[in-house]
Amino acid sequence: MCPECDAQVPVEDGVERGEVVTCPECNAELEVVGLDPPRFVLAPPEEVDWGE
Amino acid sequence: MIRAAVVGGSGYAGGEVLRLLTGHPEVEVVQVTSERLAGKPVAAVHPPLRGRSELRFSSRDTLGDADVVFSAMSHGDSSAMIGELSAAAPVVIDLGADFRLRSAGDYPRWYGWTHPSPELLGSAVYGLAELHRAEIANASLIATGGCLATASILGLAPIACAGLLDPAIPVVVEAKVGSSAAGSQSGDSTHHAHRSGEIRSYAPTGHRHTAEIVQELRLSAASHDVAFSATGVEAVRGVLVTAHAFINTDLDDRDLWRLYRSRYSSEPFVRIVKSHTGLHRSPSPKLLTGTNYCDVGFERDPHSRRVVVTAALDNLVKGSAGQAVQAFNIRHGFPETLGLEFSGLYPI
Repeated sequence: MCPECDAQVPVEDGVERGEVVTCPECNAELEVVGLDPPRFVLAPPEEVDWGE
Repeated sequence: MIRAAVVGGSGYAGGEVLRLLTGHPEVEVVQVTSERLAGKPVAAVHPPLRGRSELRFSSRDTLGDADVVFSAMSHGDSSAMIGELSAAAPVVIDLGADFRLRSAGDYPRWYGWTHPSPELLGSAVYGLAELHRAEIANASLIATGGCLATASILGLAPIACAGLLDPAIPVVVEAKVGSSAAGSQSGDSTHHAHRSGEIRSYAPTGHRHTAEIVQELRLSAASHDVAFSATGVEAVRGVLVTAHAFINTDLDDRDLWRLYRSRYSSEPFVRIVKSHTGLHRSPSPKLLTGTNYCDVGFERDPHSRRVVVTAALDNLVKGSAGQAVQAFNIRHGFPETLGLEFSGLYPI
């Protein structure tokens, strides 16, 4: 499950720990931290600054 | 083919409904009325119709039979001639405010006039498909929602309709809107020297769309008041609503995702836009120009029970003419997206 939006995140066979996949629902970039079952954490986001 | 007449077709909403209906595979536009422009070619006023329509504006006194009438007249005009509109067609879709509110008492309060046909307010259906799809399918009088109200309602509905609003704290809604929402008639405030570069707080309180938001979200002015403000910005089309909703329970972003997903995953024109990456992380009206989408996003304030909800749409499409065509499709049993498939331009 995506830690951001709780959607199911499909993983392809052969995926390895440390790979980054994208959640199909919220587009979050997720780092694979476990394989059986697949577990993810949010990959560090890019920062944006529109005037802060 | 469904024969459609557009009454009051000279303005921006009328032009937009004509643009959409002219491209609709199941519609033939048979008449377009305008008192001011009677006799002139419709395409001379609405450039998107060049080469696509030979119609000329006629006076509404000559309104003939049709299968459906789209009324895009000024507020107050549709209710004054609802008898003629209903006699012309079995289905009337009003893009104005005359039949949006259920309570006749709301018209003097919010619009400053007494409704001439209060007996019709109970049977008129608010035209927002996401809330009234089943009623629209059988309605003879449909009133499309106001642009700012539509964005506010769609943004807040998952929270409000789930009973998650804190009754002690009003929902604060700030809406930014482009100049086309003010209509096609010019005035002192639309003069280029005054308007250009302006960011204008034109309705900090008392905006008319407040009444629709309260009505459709089933809020009560006593317990769940909506504090609504509107600001005009340097854009032609577009609405961006930012709403501050305080919730009565602890929900995190994942809970909110589930809430919004359960409400909107089957809706063809509402999308959840909430992303951690990329340039387009939240709803943006610019990307929706010409489309019938309403994009909604949300973020839980980690320091309070505030949820910041954002919603964006094109005020002339999902906020008016597109919403009307969507309701028309439902009413006539067509696929809901027919004639509304345009997905936008990028970059724009």
